[in-house]
Amino acid sequence: MARTLINVPAKAKRGEIIAIKTLISHVMETGFRHSNLGVRIPRDIIDTLVCTYNGEEIFRAVLYPAIAANPFITFHTVATESGTIAFQWTGDNGFSAKASAKITVE
Amino acid sequence: MMDRQIVKQATRQSRRQFLAAVGGAGLALTVRPVEATPASMTLAIRRVVGEAVVKPGKVKLELPPLVESGNAVPMSVTIDSPMTAKDFVKAIHVFTEKNPQPNVISVQLGPRAGRASITTRIRLADTQKVVAICQMSDGSFWSDSIEAIITLGACLEDNLI
Repeated sequence: MARTLINVPAKAKRGEIIAIKTLISHVMETGFRHSNLGVRIPRDIIDTLVCTYNGEEIFRAVLYPAIAANPFITFHTVATESGTIAFQWTGDNGFSAKASAKITVE
Repeated sequence: MMDRQIVKQATRQSRRQFLAAVGGAGLALTVRPVEATPASMTLAIRRVVGEAVVKPGKVKLELPPLVESGNAVPMSVTIDSPMTAKDFVKAIHVFTEKNPQPNVISVQLGPRAGRASITTRIRLADTQKVVAICQMSDGSFWSDSIEAIITLGACLEDNLI
């Protein structure tokens, strides 16, 4: 299981724009590199990050090999209601990771 | 005497042939590194925007002015948009000119984002142009580009891209 680190404020005012930071450990092997023996190293990347707020999709990113190892992505959303913000990463070789954070909106 | 001459000629001939063959093989073996060209970047952009006109403005692409290592370059894209239900940024795309593949990231947003701004870390193979394009809710495309100067590309050190 890949290690994930997400940063979502625990509390926010209704209508406030909050910053969300996500980090996941992954090699993001480009598929363009060759080993010492000249054999091409197959591609192994995370290609999608989807973020949902109480089940509704608010952000989707498609990643390519040009994203550095351990993809770090930040974005914003409006705090509308208390609930869960969930993240799902999917990638090559059946890679899948999930994380979620609780937010209280006053 | 005559025989020796012929043998000598023959060996010389074969050596010449051998060298020519080796030289030719050497040329054939020289592998061109995979590399996106400005043309392939244009193609990748066309694939996203279609026939629409991409106007400069509204988008602000930020990269450090001088990058020491291309392995992880902090990049941020911010778009000047009110992000209301009627006027918002639908998508952000980033492309490079000389990476092996022109696409970097494609993001889909909505009015719920509140602020159209993303940050990530990218790989850059060489000193090159980076282009960010955004699609507005009315279907228009806006862009910004930066010439990123890389002192040590992601390729040179340990062949990362």
